[in-house]
Amino acid sequence: SILCNKTCVCPASQIQTVTLIPGDGIGPEISNAVMKIFEAAKAPIRWEERNVTAIRGPGGKWMIPPDAKESMDKNKIGLKGPLKTPIAAGHPSMNLLLRKTFDLYANVRPCVSIEGYQTPYTDVNLVTIRENTEGEYSGIEHVIVDGVVQSIKLITEQASKRIAEYAFEYARNNQRASVTAVHKANIMRMSDGLFLRKCREAAEKYKDVKFTEMYLDTVCLNMVQDPTQFDVLVMPNLYGDILSDLCAGLIGGLGVTPSGNIGANGVAIFESVHGTAPDIAGKDLANPTALLLSAVMMLRHMGLHGHAKKIESACFDTIRDRKVLTKDLGGNSKCSEFTEAICQRMKDMD
Amino acid sequence: MMALILFRTFLTCPDACVFQMVQDPTQFDVLVMPNLYGDILSDLCAGLIGGLGVTPSGNIGANGVAIFESVHGTAPDIAGMDLANPTALLLSAVMMLRHMGLHDHADKIQTACFDTIRDKKVLTKDLGGSAKCSEFTAEICRRVQDLG
Repeated sequence: SILCNKTCVCPASQIQTVTLIPGDGIGPEISNAVMKIFEAAKAPIRWEERNVTAIRGPGGKWMIPPDAKESMDKNKIGLKGPLKTPIAAGHPSMNLLLRKTFDLYANVRPCVSIEGYQTPYTDVNLVTIRENTEGEYSGIEHVIVDGVVQSIKLITEQASKRIAEYAFEYARNNQRASVTAVHKANIMRMSDGLFLRKCREAAEKYKDVKFTEMYLDTVCLNMVQDPTQFDVLVMPNLYGDILSDLCAGLIGGLGVTPSGNIGANGVAIFESVHGTAPDIAGKDLANPTALLLSAVMMLRHMGLHGHAKKIESACFDTIRDRKVLTKDLGGNSKCSEFTEAICQRMKDMD
Repeated sequence: MMALILFRTFLTCPDACVFQMVQDPTQFDVLVMPNLYGDILSDLCAGLIGGLGVTPSGNIGANGVAIFESVHGTAPDIAGMDLANPTALLLSAVMMLRHMGLHDHADKIQTACFDTIRDKKVLTKDLGGSAKCSEFTAEICRRVQDLG
């Protein structure tokens, strides 16, 4: 069975331990902001901090530190700040390492317009669900002859079925009306065709969710003209890479976009997807919104909807009010002031 | 006389590009890319300016061949009813004139077309008006003649 986002059976009074990976650069300060806000919200979460900077294991293979893996395997749920990839020769991408370690097969990004943070697009409310293990990023390339290179796009029945079923399960659990498969099966008949077939089969099992199909280029054309027509979108790796960033752009960028990675065995890691911002690190200038909204996503995944709603409302109300905003949101408040404003709103809510 | 041509090249990934594109497309100029990214980006950018009804397109081939085309569909529901918007095909034809070095004619026709649309008095339905295709066409012709 797919352990994705079933409503948690733990009573709200039971404290759950979550692995926290503060990350680099502004990571620690935005993580502190989130912890402070969660405390003010009285969320039943205990944080277990871990560092995932890769180390060389026996045999010289790069791996994440054993205590970090152990923590994630035990807690299942993690929250992660931005990571920098060291420049050391042969050092793998940290995100790739995490993905492989925990088989993080689905990248989920809800994109919701934020009142008070205006972009050319309003009323955006969609979710991109990207298959994150195969497709065009399988890394299988070879030279046929000098000047001619081939790249293999790998699509498997197993991975396609898994992501399709996750998408419908997500839609059902989050009261979303429809799932749209994004593809180019007219051109890539076998690879995207297989993907599409698995989506259609999954649709049969979720008749309560509407299923549609749309070509990738048509989605892009329509997305920039009227994003409100879209709901949940499921797609293979490359299209997901592009579309998830496109949609983040519609709502104002990576500083306000939450993200979740769903893995095998019930593991889920929620993360901000912006960079480490070394130029402002340690100066109390960072905007914790992306990490906070990812943490809200995490609470919903855990079934803690009440706390999720409270924290999210406090965050959105603060931004809508436009009195206390970090610089990137158009204000001149410190990270700590923004954080305090959110905490204060939650106290007022009680 | 020296012509100074400034160019700056930089590489960007398609995800970073689309991200920037929807936030501030004015930062981009000419974009060159492989097939799939082009499929995506060309439609995205057509969307930014209003869709396939107003987007020109050219295809360059070997041996000097070049085919310019409108990329919208055949619209069978309005075919033969004098309701269609000829802008996409017209702007593709203007692109063709430029390709052939006929810049003066290209400028004249493009100006007449853009002025008509800007004026908002004679527009086909998809552009927000209620004029027929022939009326829209006649208006552009009138302006072309006025431009001399």
